[in-house]
Amino acid sequence: MNINFETERPIYLELSDWIEDNILSQVFLEEMQIPSTTELSVNFKINPATALKGINILVDQGIIYKKRGVGMFVSEGAVQKIRGKRKEEFCEAYINSLLNEAKKLNISKAEIIEMIQRGFDK
Amino acid sequence: MSTIQVKNITMQFKEVIALNDVTITFDENKIYGLLGRNGAGKSTLLNLMTNKIFPTSGEILVDGENVLENDNALGKIFCMCDKDLYPKEYSVKKAIKWSKEFYPDFDTEYAYKLCEKFQLSPKKKLKGLSTGYNSIFKIILALAANTPIVLFDEPVLGLDANHRDMFYKELINNYSENPRTIIISTHLIEEVSDVIEDVVIIKDGKKIVQDSVENILSRGYSISGSAQKIDEFIKDKEVIGVDTLGAFKTAHIMGSIDKSGIPDDLEVTKLDLQKLFIQLTNA
Repeated sequence: MNINFETERPIYLELSDWIEDNILSQVFLEEMQIPSTTELSVNFKINPATALKGINILVDQGIIYKKRGVGMFVSEGAVQKIRGKRKEEFCEAYINSLLNEAKKLNISKAEIIEMIQRGFDK
Repeated sequence: MSTIQVKNITMQFKEVIALNDVTITFDENKIYGLLGRNGAGKSTLLNLMTNKIFPTSGEILVDGENVLENDNALGKIFCMCDKDLYPKEYSVKKAIKWSKEFYPDFDTEYAYKLCEKFQLSPKKKLKGLSTGYNSIFKIILALAANTPIVLFDEPVLGLDANHRDMFYKELINNYSENPRTIIISTHLIEEVSDVIEDVVIIKDGKKIVQDSVENILSRGYSISGSAQKIDEFIKDKEVIGVDTLGAFKTAHIMGSIDKSGIPDDLEVTKLDLQKLFIQLTNA
C-alpha cells in the first residue's frame, strides 16, 4: 500500500509543522514570542479556527505556551521535545517510503546501505 | 452575533424551480463557503436572504425573525452582490457617507483606510471604476459595514492576483478582530477552501452537502491504479466519480479508508475541495 498524504495534509498540521520547523531551525528561539493566531491566519490565508487548532496541538504537547493577554511563547526544552517526536516519525515518514521506492526499482538492501554510506561521506 | 435559518425555501420563476425545499442553518460567527455550479441557485438564495425577492414558499429567519419587509432583521445583513447599490454618478466618498446612513455601525474611518490600502481614490465617480475596482469598492463597503452577517457574491470578480490576496487577508483580519457570520458564494473553490470553515453545496436548486471542510475532506479519497484492480476494489464502495486514462483508472470514493484492505499497487491520494466539488456536482 502506498498512501501519499504528505502533500495534502490537513492545513492545521501543516501549520503546526511550520512552527516546529522554525523552532528546530532556531528562527523561533525558546522563550521567544511567536506570531499571534491572527497574524498566522492572515499570513497563510487560513481560517482562524484552523490556525487555532494547529496551535493548540503544540500547546497540548508543551511545545509552546500561552501567556494570557500577552501572546504565545516557545517553551523551554521545545527543541528537545520536537526532536524526540520527529525521530519516532522518521521511520514511518522516510524509511518506509524509501523502501517502497527501492522495491519498485529493484534496489537491493546492500545497494541502499551503500548509498546511505555514500551520502554520509559527502 | 447572528444566525440565519433558511427553512424549506422554494423559489419558482415561471417554469423554473431555482430552489427546491432548501433548509440550511448558518451558525453565528463562522465563515461559510456557498458553492454550486452556474445556475445552481446560489444568487437566488442570497437575494432571498436580503429580501430582494420573495420566496414561493418557506421562510428565512435572522435570529428568529422573518426577513420579509423586516428592517430590523435586514439591518443585520450586508450583501456585497453584483447589483450596484448606488447611482453611478456618486463618488466613492458620497457612497461611503450614505452607507453610514443605512448602516449605523458602518466604520467610516476603516472604509477610508481600506481605500488607501487598495489605492482607490475616494474622489472617483462610481461610473469611472473598472470592473476590478468596482468589486474593490463593494468589498470595502462590505468589510466596513460592521453588520453581524456579511454576504459576498463572487467577491473577487475582476480582481488581479495581488488584490485577491489582499482581500482574503483583510477578510481574515477583519473576522479575527470582529467575528461575524460570513457567507462567500464563489466559483474559485481552491482560493477559499482554506479560508472557509464550513461548506454548503447546492446542486440544481437542492442542498446536497453541508459540513465542515475538514470533515468533508476526511470523508473522501481517490484511489488509482490498473483499471481492473480499481474495478475490483470499488465494488462495495460509495463511488462519486471515475476518471479513466487508458488502462489507468482513478476512482473517487466517499467513506473512510481501511488501510489494510488496499492492495499494494494501488495509490491513495486525498481529495481536495475542488475535486470533491466537481465529482459531486457533475451531471
